[in-house]
Amino acid sequence: MYDLIVVGGGPAGLAAAVKARECGLKKVLIVERSLQLGGILNQCIHNGFGLTYFKEELTGPEYAARFIKQVEGTDIEVRTDTMVLDITPDKTVHMVSPTLGYRAEQTKSIILAMGCRERARGALSIPGTRPAGVYTAGAAQKYVNIDGYMPGRRIVILGSGDIGLIMARRLTLEGAKVLACVELNPYSSGLNRNIVQCLNDFNIPLYLSHTVTNIQGESRVEKVVVSQVDDRTKAPIPGTEIEFECDTLLLSVGLIPENELTRDAGIALDPRTKGAFVYENMETSMPGVFACGNVLHVHDLVDFVTQEAQRAAEAAAEYVLKGQPSRENIIDVRTAGGVTYTVPQQICPENLKDEVRVFFRINRVFGKSEIVAKLGDKEIKVFKKPFMIPGEMQNVSIPAELLAGTHEDLTIEAREVTEPAADNGEVAK
Amino acid sequence: MKELICIVCPRGCHLTVDENNGYAVTGNFCKRGEVYGKAEVTAPVRVVTSTVAIHRASAKTAPDAAGGIEARCPVKTSDAIPKHLVLDAMQQIYAASVDLPVHIGDVVIHGICGTGADLVATKDILA
Amino acid sequence: MNKNYDVVIVGCGTSGAAIAFTLAQYDLKVAVLERENDVAMGTTRANSGILHAGYDPEPGTLMAKLNVRGVAIAKELSKKLRFAYNPVGSLVLAFSGHDLKTLKTLKARADANGVKDCRILSKEEVQQMEPMVSEDVIAALYAPSAVCSPWEFCLTMAETAALNGTEILLETEVVGISRENGKDGNAGDAGNWKVVAKQTSWPNGPANAPKVEEITLTTRFVVNAAGLAAEKIHDMAAPHSFSIKPSRGEYYLMDKAEGFRARHTIFQCPDENGKGVLVSPTVHGNLIVGPNSEEIKNNDYSTTAGGMAFVRKSAVRSVPSIDFRNNIRNFAGIRARSTSKDFIIEEAKGAPNFIDVAGICSPGLSAAPAIGEYVTELMAGKGLKLIKKPGELKLYKEPHHFKDLDAEQKNALIARDPSYGRIVCRCESITEGEMRDTFNSPLPPRSVDGIKRRTMAGLGRCQGGFCGPQVVKLLAEYMGVTEDRIVQDKAGSWMVLRREDA
Repeated sequence: MYDLIVVGGGPAGLAAAVKARECGLKKVLIVERSLQLGGILNQCIHNGFGLTYFKEELTGPEYAARFIKQVEGTDIEVRTDTMVLDITPDKTVHMVSPTLGYRAEQTKSIILAMGCRERARGALSIPGTRPAGVYTAGAAQKYVNIDGYMPGRRIVILGSGDIGLIMARRLTLEGAKVLACVELNPYSSGLNRNIVQCLNDFNIPLYLSHTVTNIQGESRVEKVVVSQVDDRTKAPIPGTEIEFECDTLLLSVGLIPENELTRDAGIALDPRTKGAFVYENMETSMPGVFACGNVLHVHDLVDFVTQEAQRAAEAAAEYVLKGQPSRENIIDVRTAGGVTYTVPQQICPENLKDEVRVFFRINRVFGKSEIVAKLGDKEIKVFKKPFMIPGEMQNVSIPAELLAGTHEDLTIEAREVTEPAADNGEVAK
Repeated sequence: MKELICIVCPRGCHLTVDENNGYAVTGNFCKRGEVYGKAEVTAPVRVVTSTVAIHRASAKTAPDAAGGIEARCPVKTSDAIPKHLVLDAMQQIYAASVDLPVHIGDVVIHGICGTGADLVATKDILA
Repeated sequence: MNKNYDVVIVGCGTSGAAIAFTLAQYDLKVAVLERENDVAMGTTRANSGILHAGYDPEPGTLMAKLNVRGVAIAKELSKKLRFAYNPVGSLVLAFSGHDLKTLKTLKARADANGVKDCRILSKEEVQQMEPMVSEDVIAALYAPSAVCSPWEFCLTMAETAALNGTEILLETEVVGISRENGKDGNAGDAGNWKVVAKQTSWPNGPANAPKVEEITLTTRFVVNAAGLAAEKIHDMAAPHSFSIKPSRGEYYLMDKAEGFRARHTIFQCPDENGKGVLVSPTVHGNLIVGPNSEEIKNNDYSTTAGGMAFVRKSAVRSVPSIDFRNNIRNFAGIRARSTSKDFIIEEAKGAPNFIDVAGICSPGLSAAPAIGEYVTELMAGKGLKLIKKPGELKLYKEPHHFKDLDAEQKNALIARDPSYGRIVCRCESITEGEMRDTFNSPLPPRSVDGIKRRTMAGLGRCQGGFCGPQVVKLLAEYMGVTEDRIVQDKAGSWMVLRREDA
C-alpha cells in the first residue's frame, strides 16, 4: 500500500512527490508514461523558466533537472514508461508498462498531475482539405527539439500563445521562413516578452483579429487563407482574405487539461477550467485525491505549477497522516466583472492556515484595475493591478482571518479603474 | 524616446528609454529592467538556445515509441551574446555535436562567435 | 513484366475488396490494382459507416436487392473477419404530416424489399428509445440497421483476399486497357485484356521525385471498381456509356464524450438529395454528424464553411443538444454517383469480359458483399470457372485490442511481447504491440494514417498530436528508413524534413 501515487512525472508531479516525501509520507510512487521524467519541459529548450521559484533564468530541461535530482536523492519510487489506465474510488491505480505488465496498486492518496494537451484542428473546424503539414505547435516542437527534424520550410502559425511564439523563433533560427503569426483576438494571448524576442526580433508579422479560414493542399499544405474577423462576433470579414503560400500550418490555439482519467474516476470537473473542482488544499471531490498543475488549470508559468504542486503535496501528506480535514462549512468562490474562473472553487474557512491564494484569469485586457474580494456584498480586500491581460494568470492572497467564521460565498471581481492604456496590439506591430 | 517591452522576465514591463538623457529608463518594475532597457537601445543582446547532434556509441539510432531517446542535446549560450551574432552562432551550433554522457553545463563550444560566452549543454544525457 | 491473370480488379475500395474477397475462395489468379498507397482511400474512407436496413432503394432495383442481401452477409462477415459491427438500429424522424406520409412510403418499400422488423413508432416510443431527440418529432420509422467502420470493413476483406493469394498492388495506377484477341481472331474464350499500369515507388523519400515503372498484366476478365475514376477506366476499354457525377458530403466527427447524444442512427426524411443529414453513434463510440450533399466538378475533398453550417443546422433539428465544441475532426467524402439511378453492374457494351461496377453510391457499403457475389456470378456466366480451393479460407487474426482484454490476458500478452505494455496512443489506449502487429499483416501500412486505419491510433481527441511523432518513428524503424521518408497519408504527404532539406 502506497502513501501517495503521483500520476505524471512532469514539473507538477516531481515537485509534488518531493514535497510529500519532505512532509513525512514514506511510500511515494511517481508514474510517468514517457521514458524520462520531466514531462513537456524536456522539449521546452528555451529559457525563461524559474525566475520566480529559483530566482534565476533556466531552460526547460534545466528546470526539470533540478527536481529530477531531488527525486533521485530520495527513496521515491519512479516508474517510467508506465501508463495509468484507470483510477477507482477505492484509490486503486491501474497501470501498465512493458516491464511490469498490468498492475493495480493501492494507495492512501493520489495526486493528479497529468498536464494538458493542445487543441487540434477539429476544435476550430477550419474549412479546406486535409493535407499533411498541419501540426500543433507542441508536436512540431518535439520534432525539432527532440527528434531533430523540421515540420516544413514555409510556415504560418495560428494563435499567438506562448508555444506558438516560441516555435516561430525556433523554426526561424533553424532556417525555416515563418510568414505570419495569426491571432483571433485583438490582443496576443502570449507573454509580451515573447512577442518582442520571438516575433519582433525576426520581423515576423503578427496579424491580430485575424484567423485562418481555409487550408488547401492535395497531399501536403500548399496554401492557407487568412481573414480578418469581426472583434465582437469573431466571424471572418469577406474581402479581407490574405493568401499565404506555405507548406506548414502550426496551431497554437489553446491547451486543455487532460482529464480523461479524472472524469472516468467520477471526480467533478469544472467546465470553465476543464479541470477538477478543488478545495483550498487542492483536494478534488474525491477524498484523498488532489490535483495540481496544468491538469487542474492551464498555467503560463511553470513556477506557479511547482508551488501549486507543493500545496497539493502538503495537503496529501496531511490527509494521510492526520485524516480528512473538516468539510462542514464550505463556501463557494464566485466570479464577477470579467473574472472567468477561480482555483480553488471552494473553500472551508476553518481549514485555512495563514491565507488562501486564489488564482484566476480575466476575459479581456484590463488597464489600471482593482481586484475586489467580497463576502456577500461586503468588500473585504482590494488589490491593485496596473495592467492585466487574459494571457497571464492572476492571483490574490486573502488572509485567513478575513474569512474566519463566514458562511457567505467569496466573490472575486475585477474592476477597471481606467481604460487600458494603449491597445495591446500597438505593442505587436 | 524609445518604447520597449522588457524581456527579462515574464512580467513584460513597458519601458521608456530616453536616448537624450543618458538612456534613462522609466516604467521598469525592477533594476534588471533598467539594465535591459539601456542595453536594448545601445547594444542589444540575446541568449541563444538550440540543440546539437548526439553521437551515440551504441548502434541504437533512435526509434523508440516511448519517445524517450532524444536525437538532439539541448544547449544554450552561457551568457547573452550580441543580437547581430545570433544567426552566425546558429551556424556554429548546427555544425556541433556532443559525445555521451553529457551533463548540464558541459561546454560544447568555447567562446561562441568570438564572444565571451560558451555554448553549454542544458540536459544530462547519459546514454 | 507480363503476367497472366484470370481477373484483374481496378480499385481497392469496398467494392473492389468485396469482389476480391469473394473470388479468393476459388482457384483463380486475381490481381487488384490500387493507385493509392493503401486500400479504402476513396469513397470508402469518408463515409457514414452505416449498414442500411434496405427500406430506402426503389423495389426491383439492383440497389434494393444487393443492399438487403449485402447487410445480411456483412453481419456474418463481421464475426468471421472480426471487424467492429454494432446493430444500433436506425430511426427516420417525421416532423410533419408530409413526413409521416414519407414514413409510410418507406415502410411499404421495406416490405417490398423484404426488410423485416421495420415499424413506425409513436412520439412517445421515439422519445423513450432516443431521449435526446427533438421535441418536435411526431413519429419515426425504426429499421434494424447497423454501424461499422467502413475502412475496417474494406481492409479486412482485402487482407483476407491477400492472405489467400490475391495480389494487391498498391500505388499502381491503370493507364491503359486494350483487347487482345485470341489466336482465331475472335474475342471469344481465348481473348484477353491487356492492362497497363504505372507503379510508383519512393526510393528518395516522399518529398522527392518518385520512381515510376510501367507494368502490363494480361487477364481474361477486368472488373472496373474504380469508384470516382470508373468513367475514366470504362472509357479506356469500351465506348462511353455513363458519367460519374461526384457528390460531396461534409461531416463532423465528435469526441466520445458526445457519443451519448444518439443511441441509433437518426435520419430525417429523405429528399431528392439523398438520405439527408444523420446523427449517429460510430462503431467506436464517437458521434458522427453529416453529410450534406453537393455536386462538384473536380474531386475536391474540401470542407466548406457553408457546408458545415448546413450540417450543424440540419443536425440540431434532430438532436438539439449536440455540442459542436466537442468536434475532433471535419472531413468530406465524395460519393461516386453516376448518370444512372441504379448501380451499374454489368458487362460493358462492346467490351466482352469487361465488367463495370460503377455508380456505387449509397447504399454501396451495405451492398458490398452482395456486389462481390453478384459480380462473381456474372463472370461465371461468361465462362469464369469457379473451382473452390480445398479447405477453409485462411483468416488473418487481427491484432489484439489490448484495452478490451482483462488483467490476466493483458499480462499474458505483455509477458510474451513487452511492447503490448507500452501505450502509444493515449486517447484510444493503443499499444506499440498492436501497431507492430500491423507490420506483419497481409497488407502492412505504408503511412501514419495507414496505422490509424488498422489500429485506431490517432483517431481520438488529440488527433495524433501526442502519438504522431512516435508513430512516425515506429514506421520508419519498420520500413528501415529515416523519418523524413514517412508520409501521413497519400503519396507526397511527407511528415517532416531533414534540416538540411528545409
